[in-house]
Amino acid sequence: MDPNTAMPDEPLLQVSKLCKTFEKASGELLVLDDIDLNVRSGEIVGLLGRSGSGKSTLLRSIAGLLSPSSGTVHFQGQPIDGPAEGISLVFQSFALFPWLTVLENVSLGLRAMGVHGDEARRRSLAAIDLIGLDGFESAYPRELSGGMQQRVGFARALVVDPVLMLMDEPFSALDVLTAETLRTDFLDLWTEGRTQIRSVILVTHNIEEAVFLCDRIIVLAAHPGRVQADITIDLPHPRDRLSAPFSQAVEEVYAILTARPAATTRSAEPATARHIRHVSVNVMAGLLETMAAAPYHGRGDLPVVAHELQLELDELFSAAEGLQLLGLAELARGDIALTPAGLEYADAGTQQRKAIFRALALRNVALVAHILGVLQTRPQGRAPRVRFEAELEDHLSEQYARETLDTAIEWGRYAEVYEYDDDSQSLLLEQPETASAPAPPSPS
Amino acid sequence: MVRRFESSLPPRIGANRWDLLAGGLVLAAIALFVVAGHQMRAPMAALDAAPISLEPDRLAGYALRTVVRMAVAMAVSLLFTLVVGTLAARNRRARSILLPLLDVLQSVPVLGYLSFTVVLFLTLFPDSVFGAELAAIFAIFTSQVWNMTFSFYQSLRTVPADLHDAARSLRLSPWQRFWHLDVPFATPGLVWNAMVSISGSWFFVVACEAIAVGAHTVQLPGIGSYVALAIEQRDLAAIGWALAVMLVVIGLTDLLIFGPLVAWSDQFRLGGSRTAVAPKSWMLNVWRRTRLLRNAGAALRRLVGRVTLGHASRRVDRTAAPRLIGGLAGLAYYASLAAIAAAAAWYALHFLTAFEAAEWLHVFALGALTLVRVLVVTALAMLVWVPVGVIIGLQPAWTTRVQPIVQFLAAIPVNLVFPLAVYAIVHLRLNPDIWLSPLIVLGAQWYILFNVIAGTSTIPQDLLEISRNLQVKGWLRWRSVLLPGVAPYAITGALTAWGGAWNATIVAEVVYWGDQRLVAHGLGAYIAVNTEAGDFARIALGVAVMCVYVVVFNRLMWRPLYDAAERRFRLD
Repeated sequence: MDPNTAMPDEPLLQVSKLCKTFEKASGELLVLDDIDLNVRSGEIVGLLGRSGSGKSTLLRSIAGLLSPSSGTVHFQGQPIDGPAEGISLVFQSFALFPWLTVLENVSLGLRAMGVHGDEARRRSLAAIDLIGLDGFESAYPRELSGGMQQRVGFARALVVDPVLMLMDEPFSALDVLTAETLRTDFLDLWTEGRTQIRSVILVTHNIEEAVFLCDRIIVLAAHPGRVQADITIDLPHPRDRLSAPFSQAVEEVYAILTARPAATTRSAEPATARHIRHVSVNVMAGLLETMAAAPYHGRGDLPVVAHELQLELDELFSAAEGLQLLGLAELARGDIALTPAGLEYADAGTQQRKAIFRALALRNVALVAHILGVLQTRPQGRAPRVRFEAELEDHLSEQYARETLDTAIEWGRYAEVYEYDDDSQSLLLEQPETASAPAPPSPS
Repeated sequence: MVRRFESSLPPRIGANRWDLLAGGLVLAAIALFVVAGHQMRAPMAALDAAPISLEPDRLAGYALRTVVRMAVAMAVSLLFTLVVGTLAARNRRARSILLPLLDVLQSVPVLGYLSFTVVLFLTLFPDSVFGAELAAIFAIFTSQVWNMTFSFYQSLRTVPADLHDAARSLRLSPWQRFWHLDVPFATPGLVWNAMVSISGSWFFVVACEAIAVGAHTVQLPGIGSYVALAIEQRDLAAIGWALAVMLVVIGLTDLLIFGPLVAWSDQFRLGGSRTAVAPKSWMLNVWRRTRLLRNAGAALRRLVGRVTLGHASRRVDRTAAPRLIGGLAGLAYYASLAAIAAAAAWYALHFLTAFEAAEWLHVFALGALTLVRVLVVTALAMLVWVPVGVIIGLQPAWTTRVQPIVQFLAAIPVNLVFPLAVYAIVHLRLNPDIWLSPLIVLGAQWYILFNVIAGTSTIPQDLLEISRNLQVKGWLRWRSVLLPGVAPYAITGALTAWGGAWNATIVAEVVYWGDQRLVAHGLGAYIAVNTEAGDFARIALGVAVMCVYVVVFNRLMWRPLYDAAERRFRLD
């Protein structure tokens, strides 16, 4: 399955001590922290992580589109300081030029390299052929389905004979069936060695996809992005999703992702300024109901639940962590288990649910209790949003402060702890129902 | 489709019948520019030898001269737009100075430019028509360029990040990226704004061609000068002829140039924003059926392709610039900028302190009067055109038909309605301070209608259907569905109309018909009267005060209004 000739031991790509910070109005935001990564010839490496883990930033640094704040990237022994020859990129959004035909899109990179006329045409047609697009040379991207458009994206990346292919969630904008076909087709090209590609780096947040395609999975922890684990998947291609070793590998990745990060990283913050990932009450309620019902009866395997609910990795973990924070569920080793309060919530009616949620939010979510406390000290029972946002920004980045406050507002509104007025951007104590009730419906 | 990859077969060179039609048009255009170019270099005495005549049969020639002037100005505008828009979008330092500068420049009235540049151009080319031609072309340029530059800048700033990354990772050089990503992406917006600009320059064509600044009075052969003469000689028939010829010329430009351009530029729209019904153009189809011309076009495109793509300037695109050098350059840049600004301020102060405080107060008071006038007429125009625009916008069949009509109405020079205004005000003994005001929005009001029609067609069908399903009717329907739905568009239109109205005050606060003159009290009249008198210090004072009013109100009133509408009523 190694499609390449023997290579010296030197890795194809070397990332060492890479850090990336972005300048924000409120200061610097550390996105990647001290990343070390070697990619050898002949492997597909997956970068797996939740949003905020900087996996796309890492990929763009390798592509030479972003320059690291510190640290280096070496490709074939040469430092990377801009888009390099031999590295191609495939995008989640396809990123095709809508005003160019399929053939023109594919040949653009060649023409930029100074390859013209018949040579460019011959090579482009070969790439189009290879990826199964023959017959569509003169079509415009908008005439093609998503799957076909992404094939153009692949052909465009392949035509310049890359040594290293970078893919930024290339299948996640496609429907399930199309994605699977494209994955298999690409894997066939790879295993049969029909391209010059020696290595692939794939960014994904789909655990099954990572296990299906990759020889190694690098799990990135979020804020800031750090390498959390480096897992070797030693299964022969093509892989059988239903086989026991496959499920085992998926389990293993889930277990790593649910492992609580060392508590030490958070101890500096007061409880009221802890980052809460945004998750809507509806998604949490949906997850609770599913977990409480038939096959699970309050306890389940995250991979199984994720598969059944068709939830993205981010959604699933945000919802599960939200439930854990509120005390409605517990997470451990890739399993999720409802607490007694969680089971009670799943059984209750709308008003009772709100009461349970309210009690738990005030007890377990320090920020919600804090907001209520502040509002009660105000004579008008009203406080501007910025007051809390500024407080959070002492400990969190601007973006996380906003996300945390948005979540606290949504939860507090649902639980009827307080209200929020978007026009004046302020929080206020829950008012008793006023006269604005709708007029009774007239009998028809 | 024309945009086929070059076939490997040798192209057939021969002409077909479509070439006859299209080829004739191309040759005529070339001949037109050659003749006009020749006449532009004639000595000044040639103008006196052949004064403007009101004979209708001379109008065709005048119209062509006007068209050439507008075309040259449009070419210069395009060049300016590409260079300055790119600088502002790509270079942080340039942006920090260019954006405020462009904002002020666009609030300077067209005639403000004319008064100052005419002397310059006439001195540069004494005894030749060329100087006066340049002054006129420059004035037309200032009536076209700003919205195009802003549109291009806006497009460059909103190129999707993924496309930008894709172009970089394909290792297109900055030069290649500009021609193969930035320019195509900006094309639909640019074509649209060029159309609006052409209307705008027709509106000012009289002032630009019949130059009367102090002692300098030049009447360049053109429709504008024809209209000016017709007004001076109270010749209603001539006014009618001028209007008819304008209608024909604008119709032809639409048919031969803008129709094909709009249809052609539709391919550059990104997937989601592509218009539901692709615009069609009969003329574009003619171009596409020609063989000889199309082959010539393909050859031209290959040549352009060579220039824009061929030389992959091997300059590799680096992600990081050395910090120290960047820092020093920045320091030097801002230092020199500060020096220039200080010098300009000192000079301006020197120039303007020549006036007594009383004169300043007087001009600001006149400004306030004009401000009230502009605000009131803009509000009235909103009151009329927002409902009309919504009603038209709800009928997709009307929408496409109304647009060229509105385009034409926006182009009618304000001078053409002078006879009507003077007659009405004199005979009905009306107060010019009030009744000259409608002339201010004559051309500008159409932007409101334009934008509201466009806005109405973006209201999602779902919202219209659910409101019908809920039996939401009458005032409730307007208040809760239609007006919020078009609010951001209506405000954009009003903002454009407001800018246009200020610009128009100079030609609309002083009207004349033969020797009858009506003057309203206001800043526009102040500038116009001093322009006639050639009092440059007072023109400068008036223009400066007008800029202050426009810029301050843009910041304090329109920006917040626009942001609020965007936040509250955005549909996505």
